[in-house]
Amino acid sequence: MRALLASIAVLFASPLLAQQSLPPAPYAYRQLDDPAQEQAAQDLMETLRCLTCQSQSIADSDAPMAGDMRHQVRIRIASGESPDEIRGWLVERYGDYVSYKPEVGAATWPLFAVPVLLLMLAGALLLRRYRRRA
Amino acid sequence: MSWRLWVPLLLFAGFLGLAGYQLSRPRNDFVESRMIGEKLPFFELRPATSDRPGIASVQFADGKPRLLNIWASWCLPCIAEAPQLERLQESGAEIVGVAIRDRPEDVARFLERHGNPYTAIGLDDLSEVQLGIGSSGVPETFVIDGQGRIVYQHIGDIRAKDVPILVEKLGKLGK
Repeated sequence: MRALLASIAVLFASPLLAQQSLPPAPYAYRQLDDPAQEQAAQDLMETLRCLTCQSQSIADSDAPMAGDMRHQVRIRIASGESPDEIRGWLVERYGDYVSYKPEVGAATWPLFAVPVLLLMLAGALLLRRYRRRA
Repeated sequence: MSWRLWVPLLLFAGFLGLAGYQLSRPRNDFVESRMIGEKLPFFELRPATSDRPGIASVQFADGKPRLLNIWASWCLPCIAEAPQLERLQESGAEIVGVAIRDRPEDVARFLERHGNPYTAIGLDDLSEVQLGIGSSGVPETFVIDGQGRIVYQHIGDIRAKDVPILVEKLGKLGK
């Protein structure tokens, strides 16, 4: 029984083994020494999308590529780049897809405008109704 | 009954229609590179095997168009792609490889087993080249023109039907 369990475990473990061919990038899991810089890096990482897992931020993902992206973020922060510059560098390569931070742009402005318009419309309707009653 | 009562229902029906239309469209899971038309970023990669040199971005500006193949020995679709790369090489394409997060001994074993269509292979331990050119997975193949500019990106393994497309892209750039 134990041998059977062990062989089943090995069956599931082997794909993982195949992926772990190299140790993670130096700054994939290691924090920066300067706490302020690490905080800036952490805040940025939570708003960047992992490209191989796609529904997680790179701060949350254990995918090797997310580790390599965290490494990039940390060494760039440590060398004095601003979080916006790093985000810009990635958006230049992958488009808005890579960023979780909502931006008002040519394609996204209706998302911000429609709720305001609807609220105004509702307000106007309510106002009219109360006035009529009074 | 006022016609205005119908307005909310019509709005709702319009919303349903839009949602239904969006749901029926096929989903695109690929994250396409925005670096098409841009120059390769600077990089220098050490050799991945003893019998092929490493690669550097400056080498791509020598006038000869090339395929830049992002792959790895641990990547299963890369095995499926190997015969197609051989066919591309036979048709005259020069293919350089970037091995992502790989070890020289694993690379050597992969090439021995599945063939070696590459003129040069560099090791990218930190996915730096991959991030630099906007690639989001393995395998991916980029067509690079003679000035070192990225012309085309193929996402995923190269199937038989993709070979003529890549040959045509290279042919357009001239030898």
